[in-house]
Amino acid sequence: MRVNVTVNGAPMTADDVWPGESLLYVLRERLGLPGAKNACEQGECGSCTVYLDGLPVCACLVAAGQAEGREVLTVEGLASGEELDPVQEAFVECGAVQCGFCTPGLIVQAHSLIAGHDGVPADAEIREHLAGNLCRCTGYEKILDAVRLAARRKAGS
Amino acid sequence: MHEFRYERPATVAEAIRAVAHDPEADFLAGGTTEVDLMKDGVFHPDLLVDITRLPLRGVRRDGTMLQVGALTTMEELASDRTLMERAPFVVEALLRGASVQLRNMATIGGNLLQRTRCRYFRDPAVPACNKREPGSGCEAVNSVARMHAILGASPACIALHASDLAVALVALDAVVHIQSEEGERLVPLTQFYLMPGETPDRENVLRHGELITAVDIPLPPEGTRSIYLKIRDRASYEFALASAAIAVIMDGPVIKEARVAMGGVGTIPWRGFEAEEVLREAPATPDTFRSAADGTIRDPFIVPGTAFKVELAKRTLIRALTEVTS
Ligand SMILES: Cc1cc2nc3c(=O)[nH]c(=O)nc-3n(C[C@H](O)[C@H](O)[C@H](O)COP(=O)(O)OP(=O)(O)OC[C@H]3O[C@@H](n4cnc5c(N)ncnc54)[C@H](O)[C@@H]3O)c2cc1C
Ligand code: SF4
Ligand code: FES
Ligand code: FES
Repeated sequence: MRVNVTVNGAPMTADDVWPGESLLYVLRERLGLPGAKNACEQGECGSCTVYLDGLPVCACLVAAGQAEGREVLTVEGLASGEELDPVQEAFVECGAVQCGFCTPGLIVQAHSLIAGHDGVPADAEIREHLAGNLCRCTGYEKILDAVRLAARRKAGS
Repeated sequence: MHEFRYERPATVAEAIRAVAHDPEADFLAGGTTEVDLMKDGVFHPDLLVDITRLPLRGVRRDGTMLQVGALTTMEELASDRTLMERAPFVVEALLRGASVQLRNMATIGGNLLQRTRCRYFRDPAVPACNKREPGSGCEAVNSVARMHAILGASPACIALHASDLAVALVALDAVVHIQSEEGERLVPLTQFYLMPGETPDRENVLRHGELITAVDIPLPPEGTRSIYLKIRDRASYEFALASAAIAVIMDGPVIKEARVAMGGVGTIPWRGFEAEEVLREAPATPDTFRSAADGTIRDPFIVPGTAFKVELAKRTLIRALTEVTS
């Protein structure tokens, strides 16, 4: 089947998609966007997190056909040109990246928290919002630092 | 994954017809159970009927009731203001389930129909599972079990119903709207789920091709206090070992009215009618709470791995009652 989807602002078409493919597979294998990662494929780790019509979802559990005609924003779409998104910048500055496998999903999920927030979220809120994103390297402390830093900068500006 | 066709009918009637006329067809809502179990090889429909764009989404206030469209997502329902004010424990139950990403896809209808997390059910390489293969036996009863039920369980199946939302909704006597080619029927959620008995593969009264279109949530009277307490292995993003959904109306130190349901312990979301009897018109004291707990966790069916749940469930209920009445 054919799937039409707007990705990072650009209309895209994938042909010969098998209905059993996930949105994640379509993004990575058919549309050349390997940012969202494929780890558990079961909704458990969050490394495949992308925005679907403005809300973060696990792309591994979205059937390709469900994305038809909808808008997807992936980690690739967050930076403008060479200029990183403040969340990406904060992850780099705080050392919140080790192997990096969980990073794209965490960046999108953290981005969704900060986008919907005027001030700096309480730690409990950050933890709860990121609960579906597993990282086996960092121990999460640096990730929390990065989210606080990005939120502070946004609130200050 | 098995070969299958994908369709996205434009109307409720077409969606129902498509599934009703194909015994191997399944509805697809948020997909967080359906796609997951297809990947595991547990489900192998030959047709998936995507219902996510049908006009069954949104929450409507109707007098003392909220009517929730079956395709409303968990996050959407959790942000409903009326629900937050009148029955905050339903919101707590929603937000203590899964993750933000999953709740953005997962629907209310799908949540009520989610399948057990029993690991043997989810692994087709395990031959014995009466729920997956009727008559094959039950691996959980004979080997390692932990996230399993102690109430309503039998040697044929000890699978837990893992929904948090359903626990709060059985406490409130929610009603499910079911649509088929013949018309609509209404089933109280307390009568919707079936105990495993000898047929653990049949989990509820839904017949093939019937669609849940909405769920009615009766709002408890103003002044009702409520709580959803979920005890689990980690603080977030985990299924319940035991949970309690409680709504009470107090008159000073006396409990006038109580609704009690428990999760993490039953093969179905467990309504605590016995506890409600004990609590009604009783003083809010530790003795009352203990007998409510003893009344609820009666005649458990346990295996070595689930024995701890008997006391854990009682303490969960007692703690929830203590918090909500103080
Ligand atoms: C990692 C993970 C963690 C989770 N943690 C929790 C948790 O802590 N607490 C909790 O309560 N849940 C939890 N869940 C379960 C989750 O809430 C359910 O998977 C979800 O609610 C199912 O909704 P859905 O819309 O995605 O359903 P789908 O997967 O689309 O459908 C589920 C089933 O119901 C059928 N169906 C769906 N809608 C209808 C309808 N309207 N009428 C008739 N049939 C229908 C489908 O055919 C399918 O068989 C978790 C899930 C995952 C993957
Ligand atoms: S408990 Fe039920 S679902 Fe689990 S193995 Fe036994 S029969 Fe299957
Ligand atoms: S790959 Fe999607 S949640 Fe892990
Ligand atoms: S940095 Fe390696 S999994 Fe998070």
